[in-house]
Amino acid sequence: MTNHLPKVDVVLVGFGWTGAIYAEKLTAAGMEVLALERGPWRDTPKDFATTFAQDELRYYWRHGMFQETSQSTVTFRNNGAQTALPMRHWGSFLPGNGVGGSGVHWNGQTYRFLPSDFVAKSHNAERYGPLPEDMTIQDYGVTYEELEPHFDYFEKICGICGTAGNLRGDIQKGGNPFEGPRSDEYPNPPMEMTFSQDRFEAAAREMGLNPFPVPSANMSRAYVNPLGLQLAPCTYCGFCEKYGCGNYSKSSPQTTIIPVLMQRPNFTLRTDSEVLSVEKSADGTRTTGVTYVDTSGERFFQPAEVVVLCAYPLENTRLMLLSEIGTPYDPQTGEGVVGKNYCYQVMSGARVFFDEEYTNGFVGAGALGMAVDEYNGDNFDHSGLGFIGGGYIACYTTNARPIESHPVPDGVPGWGSEWKQSVRANFLKTTTVGVHGASMAHRSNYLDLDPTYTDRHGRPLLRMTYDFTLNDRRLTAHITPVAEEIARGMGGREVNVAERKGSYDSMPYQTTHNTGGTIMGNDPQTSVCNRYCQSWDLHNLFVAGAGLFPQNAGYNPTGTVAALAYWTVAAIIDQYMADPGSLVQA
Amino acid sequence: MRRLALITAFCGASFALGEGQAQELSSSEVERGRYLTQAGDCKACHTDIENDGIPFAGGRALMTPFGTIYSANLTPDDETGLGRWTREDFYNALNEGIDDEGRHLYPAMPYPYFTLMTRQQTDAIFAYLQSLEPVQVEEQENDLPFPLNIRMSVSGWKLLFFDDEEFVINPDRSEEWNRGRFLVDGPLHCGACHSGKNLLGASKDDEYLRGGTLQNWFAPNIRGGENGGIAHWDEDDIFEFLKYGRAEHTAPMQRMGEVVAISTQFLQEEDLRAVATYLKSLDDTSREPEEAPETARLEAGEGIYFDNCAACHATDASGVPYFFAPLGTSNKLHAKDPSTVIRIILGGARAQPTETVPSMLAMPPFAWKLTDTQIADLLTFLRNTGDRRSGAVSAEAVAEMREYLAEEY
Repeated sequence: MTNHLPKVDVVLVGFGWTGAIYAEKLTAAGMEVLALERGPWRDTPKDFATTFAQDELRYYWRHGMFQETSQSTVTFRNNGAQTALPMRHWGSFLPGNGVGGSGVHWNGQTYRFLPSDFVAKSHNAERYGPLPEDMTIQDYGVTYEELEPHFDYFEKICGICGTAGNLRGDIQKGGNPFEGPRSDEYPNPPMEMTFSQDRFEAAAREMGLNPFPVPSANMSRAYVNPLGLQLAPCTYCGFCEKYGCGNYSKSSPQTTIIPVLMQRPNFTLRTDSEVLSVEKSADGTRTTGVTYVDTSGERFFQPAEVVVLCAYPLENTRLMLLSEIGTPYDPQTGEGVVGKNYCYQVMSGARVFFDEEYTNGFVGAGALGMAVDEYNGDNFDHSGLGFIGGGYIACYTTNARPIESHPVPDGVPGWGSEWKQSVRANFLKTTTVGVHGASMAHRSNYLDLDPTYTDRHGRPLLRMTYDFTLNDRRLTAHITPVAEEIARGMGGREVNVAERKGSYDSMPYQTTHNTGGTIMGNDPQTSVCNRYCQSWDLHNLFVAGAGLFPQNAGYNPTGTVAALAYWTVAAIIDQYMADPGSLVQA
Repeated sequence: MRRLALITAFCGASFALGEGQAQELSSSEVERGRYLTQAGDCKACHTDIENDGIPFAGGRALMTPFGTIYSANLTPDDETGLGRWTREDFYNALNEGIDDEGRHLYPAMPYPYFTLMTRQQTDAIFAYLQSLEPVQVEEQENDLPFPLNIRMSVSGWKLLFFDDEEFVINPDRSEEWNRGRFLVDGPLHCGACHSGKNLLGASKDDEYLRGGTLQNWFAPNIRGGENGGIAHWDEDDIFEFLKYGRAEHTAPMQRMGEVVAISTQFLQEEDLRAVATYLKSLDDTSREPEEAPETARLEAGEGIYFDNCAACHATDASGVPYFFAPLGTSNKLHAKDPSTVIRIILGGARAQPTETVPSMLAMPPFAWKLTDTQIADLLTFLRNTGDRRSGAVSAEAVAEMREYLAEEY
């Protein structure tokens, strides 16, 4: 039996970064908002206090912060000829769970995508001619210029620390000269760099590149954001990714938005409430609300004027497929849209080992790094290279957490006394130069419902069909040697290169940057949502998150995810509420 | 409904009133009463906060050293509240500690402070309270041992410790100072916590605002003049603390957090600045330095500090102003009675969010992580850094507090 609840203005499915952003803006505009979160309430002093937050066994090894695979997981295969199997232990990516979502355990690297990233198809086709037929990339439908005020606002909410590279068109010394024009400086100065970044910077400059501090959500100083919320200076403890911050030093929904939201009478949060489906009206033109289940197995129908999908991209896609909203993507015909253009990230790098000098990686932070952007996006001429897109090259010092990070040079055995000796010798004397590569959409990479495996409610799991593409391989083969050259210029004893070769492997950790599946665009034939992240099919259904990305850029996604959320919520308040209906005529 | 209650109340009161009557129905009186009610923090004790009680409907259990007292219903309910009270009755309660039937009120109700208010002011508070929705509540019996359960015993207490006094303006001081003193000693009743008490719970004159212990919290010395507990605070700091719930030096937590949340953040700036002016005028005698503790304890404490506390409070204990308290100058840390800091280390603490500063900052508890000896050594180290010699803390004191917290919470 399903209990019917009183109607609310807006129901949010999931309560991480985008849920918090939507809730804050919508409640400020006077709407009654209910957020449904599958996981538990989580709060700094109770759930990631300084007294126990830095626990590798609990958080790294036992996945204390993440979605439990017994609750829900995905099945994976490299291509359509294989049978997908469920991931019973996370590896390559780590979806979050609970209040704050993955925004609790992220590193805090907060970039803006390049202006050309938002028009990847038209821009590249114009510059380099027709793109390969299987490369199903497209334009976002929204431009960098339109998103700029929203990037700016999110950076102020988070207190992002960095150096502007392009202030209203003027190139600034020390910043990223390739970034789109910014309306304002970063609210805080960059973090203090360490030995490794200094060496990287010198080596990059020697090569004529323009190194800049990575925009960081780990605080370089105490900060009060526009909502009056306080962030403390980072202690460089080196426990960001996979961990909650006990010092209030990392921007998260908990530190930057939620305390204000919880005081508002027109906001309600229901935790431990898992949405099972989005319901449609009889005529199929709108959603009527969502059905969810609580921990006692009770089912509830929550009616709402507007529904926003704010869960992780993989779950948003699955919910749309399970709810039969929009046409599922078919890789055979190339028709349909839901599940289309699943993309990821193409990572590689070069590790430097020093003999004399100490890098002291334990003095780290998730976004403590220097980067160069000469090989990202369309910042360089791709003529004759056979690929488009690129990636930033960066030297981060995120941690020296001993269970997770104890690298040894190539050729050292994986165990035994020789290994131990090498770990001891190299533990505090190593760093990496990484390439954070873009991932262009391909016809054969997609998400759909698994024909075999189901979750505990009997609903099909999401199936991921994914492998690196020819574009990815050429991209990484072109840029990794640049990272290697920088690494060799840093004065170490030896450099080991980790190339990206072979098929995608779902086990070794790469990044939690899963994108696509609910993509946005200008044409309902090729996208799930319009330029306002509004479903083409149900005008009162909106979607948030990196699932909107038609393809993934060579950056970490959170900044762009947040800017899109603020852009959409402004459209809901300013346009949709006055005149509910499709904001774009197809 | 509200209006009806208001009129009924005035019918009953009409005989007792003389000149004040002209203002009875004026909204300005109700508004002044609301403000004074806020200043007096009446809502805090007269709402069962722990059980989400209705504001002003009473029923909050107040643990006194002498037993449990349940607060009264201040809403105008005829049976269980102030519905049948007159302005005269209310004035007598605040001014003399006597209820409508002539019974003595327990001095958990701070009438020794409220007595400084004028008849006009208590009338205004009454008018405001009578404008509330009447709420019928179940009355709870106080849990006091003999002979305290007999209200007559209070009369003896009052004979000894209570002066029914009006506020007297000191003509040698500024208007602001006088206003500050009236607020501190009257409606704000700061001394109820911040002054030392004798064994019978009365504030001692010679410990005036030099800090007091209540329910195992030590409310610190808040004298702001030379040698005072907040000598290093300036008037802006005091204002920010009371208005925004954050100051460079610390934030209100737990009990004081409640006061800021319910009362002081809503008071007018000039009133809070007057409080600051007054507190800053109170000098104190300099404290004799205590004996220096053993070096081994200091070294152990320093190590524990570095491993457990330095990440937030900084290696040199200078903290992060407005965020993590600087410890070197803390009037709680260096107090003669270290109860509050022991308690915070064991049980953690939450900084009070306010309308201006909504962050819900908290320090986590360390009870599960540090032993009594470790906490004692840590505090001994912190109380004896630099040129301060504030005395050692014993492991027994920590053990006692641990036991108290285990029993009470």
